[in-house]
Amino acid sequence: MRRIISLLVENEAGALSRIAGLFSARGYNIESLTVAPTEDESLSRMTIVTRGSDAIIEQITKQLNKLIDVVRLVDLTEGRHIERELMLIKVIAEREEREEVKRLVDIFRGRIIDVTNSTYTIELTGPVGKLDAFIETLQGVEVVEAVRSGVSGISRGDRALR
Amino acid sequence: MILSGAEIVVQSLKDEGVEFVFGYPGGAALHIYDAFYKQEDVQHILVRHEQGATHAADGYARATGKPGVVLVTSGPGVTNAVTGIATAHMDSIPMVVLTGQVPTALIGDDAFQEVDTVGITRPCVKHNFLVSRVEDLAQVIKKAFFIANSGRPGPVVVDIPKDITAQSTEYKYPTSVEMRSYAPVSRGHPKQISRAVDLLLGADKPIIYTGGGIIQGGAADELTQLVRELEFPCTNTLMGLGGFPYKDPLFLGMLGMHGTYESNMAMYDCDVMLAVGARFDDRVTGDLTKFSPNSTIIHVDVDPSSIGKNVSVEVPIVGEAAPVLREMLSIVKARKADGVVPDIGQWWDRIEEWRAFKSFEYDRESAKIKPQYVIETLHKITNGNAFVTSDVGQHQMWAAQHYGFNASRRWINSGGLGTMGFGLPAAMGVQLAHPDEQVACITGEASIMMCIQELSTCKQYNLPVKVINLNNRYMGMVRQWQEFFYDGRYSHSYMDALPDFVALAESFGHVGVRIESPADVEGALEEAFAQENRLVFMDFITDQSENVYPMIAAGGGHNEMHLKPSEADDVLLERELA
Ligand SMILES: Cc1ncc(C[n+]2csc(CCOP(=O)(O)OP(=O)(O)O)c2C)c(N)n1
Ligand SMILES: [Mg+2]
Repeated sequence: MRRIISLLVENEAGALSRIAGLFSARGYNIESLTVAPTEDESLSRMTIVTRGSDAIIEQITKQLNKLIDVVRLVDLTEGRHIERELMLIKVIAEREEREEVKRLVDIFRGRIIDVTNSTYTIELTGPVGKLDAFIETLQGVEVVEAVRSGVSGISRGDRALR
Repeated sequence: MILSGAEIVVQSLKDEGVEFVFGYPGGAALHIYDAFYKQEDVQHILVRHEQGATHAADGYARATGKPGVVLVTSGPGVTNAVTGIATAHMDSIPMVVLTGQVPTALIGDDAFQEVDTVGITRPCVKHNFLVSRVEDLAQVIKKAFFIANSGRPGPVVVDIPKDITAQSTEYKYPTSVEMRSYAPVSRGHPKQISRAVDLLLGADKPIIYTGGGIIQGGAADELTQLVRELEFPCTNTLMGLGGFPYKDPLFLGMLGMHGTYESNMAMYDCDVMLAVGARFDDRVTGDLTKFSPNSTIIHVDVDPSSIGKNVSVEVPIVGEAAPVLREMLSIVKARKADGVVPDIGQWWDRIEEWRAFKSFEYDRESAKIKPQYVIETLHKITNGNAFVTSDVGQHQMWAAQHYGFNASRRWINSGGLGTMGFGLPAAMGVQLAHPDEQVACITGEASIMMCIQELSTCKQYNLPVKVINLNNRYMGMVRQWQEFFYDGRYSHSYMDALPDFVALAESFGHVGVRIESPADVEGALEEAFAQENRLVFMDFITDQSENVYPMIAAGGGHNEMHLKPSEADDVLLERELA
């Protein structure tokens, strides 16, 4: 099953390698990992998307909690939550394609943030499924490159990780 | 008080109450060594190889419960220490390892004797630190001791760049540590504990299975009281021996790959299992799909990630062994006072039938020295009260099977990592911790060669360890597997040139003895222990065809033990002493 694990981690040199090392040493899968400082500069916030049976997920959360640098942890997928990923995607858009691509971007509530005679660079945010769907609808349009941020997540309602 | 970083290191160790530091100098650590020169409170023990330093500190920690302390230089000093750090990590032994590092400005430049210490040790420590400011040094050392010795213990590395040991700052050793990200649980959940007791009291075929957590958690008394109150069978893992007195009829002996028939069969057949401070290691469980198929499992462990890792557990209890067992005992007493009395007479009848196989028996009439006999005799000569360290191989299993431990912290071996070379340096740490106690190192002729240089350290510090070399001229455990599973193709398990161990011991300034006949075993051991102030190296020439029984082959279940040697064993090729 796919899980989104959100962590607060001491903003220390080596914290990221401890977490990445844990996943590789124990053979756990990482689909995506994002990390950035928080409003409290001594802490970083990390979102890890992983897959595994319930038993493996239980081990992953326990092993992460055991790391001295991990301050708090929550499996967002256990409750109601919001996940978002940012994608920047550059496509070939020439002649009649230009209108078609623009229409698709509007439907997906994306934005064209850079333009040349032959390309558009598009910014799109949403759950992973939406980004995947957008790429799928681009069939026939040549993608020059796509950059995805990996998932960030947060719980719904007044629950918070702090 | 303004001190240099180097002085802060030494003063912090003193304020932490450290008696011994096991170390070896080198460039990046020289300021620290200079600070050692100027004081006498903390004794530095100069080993002969950094692996020896880590095992000695480890042995000290296992024998005392206090963290072992190591000091090594950067680069090769660190890489040599890694085996001992990993050994301590696998067995959850508290240890603080201080490592010199190249000056801050050179880090990352491939400087002379630079390695990424924090990177290399990361997977085999509980935690590690790279000190970046002299102002942080005392605080980091305090944290290192706190982390190493709390919760599930383990080694902590503190990497200290040389420039930081030269800088000065105001010194004050912190009295406490606050870490928002680290708060080990001590007391178990009361509801779970009382559920566990109900399950135990309702069991028809209960078993109590305990490991190193009882030893490291100082819970042997609590365990013994609970087991005796319940009158339930108790079995220990290799790491847990001494947690329950071996002589007690409630004790089924060690379980697992080379455990007793009765303990493994009882594990297989039980209906309720209480596991405390044990981690369901593969050497204990055998094939997990065949593991204890009909039991309800209660698991007490200070490390939540141990629970439910290998087997599914009905009643998980996160907490330290001692307080949890104390609480269980008081509930058991209360329930018994209310008239709930377990009746497991039929279960004991079964167990006695299994016990009657005497699965550890060996040929007592042999004209050759049987290794088991040496260990039994060692028990007799030392009244079962010696501190016994061991290396890794057949001799380790025979020591575990036949010594018979009365108390905890007396059986000291590398169970998790299985590190050959552990025994002798570990014995040094034990002997330093307990100068008036008898310390025996049970080893094999292959293992002892891996840290033989420490005989020199033993001489320098007058450590009268008794080395018992069960010399079968084979890497016996390897040979045994090759005999069983590779049709007797003894690939590289035999060394064609062994040293004359007697002359070798003597060249280090010790006493060496060779014993070749069963009739001389007892006398030799008696004489050796009579020499209270000398290290005596006893080279026992043992029967080289002897195998460790019983044995569960890898992939087998607890009910699939090989009990007795097959006929084929007699045709083992014989090799004479080189
Ligand atoms: C450092 C290390 N290398 C290799 C092994 C694999 N190994 C396990 S037991 C053993 C043989 C040990 O031989 P010896 O010390 O003579 O003991 P015996 O089994 O003969 O009693 C070997 C090579 C190990 N455990 N540790
Ligand atoms: Mg041998």
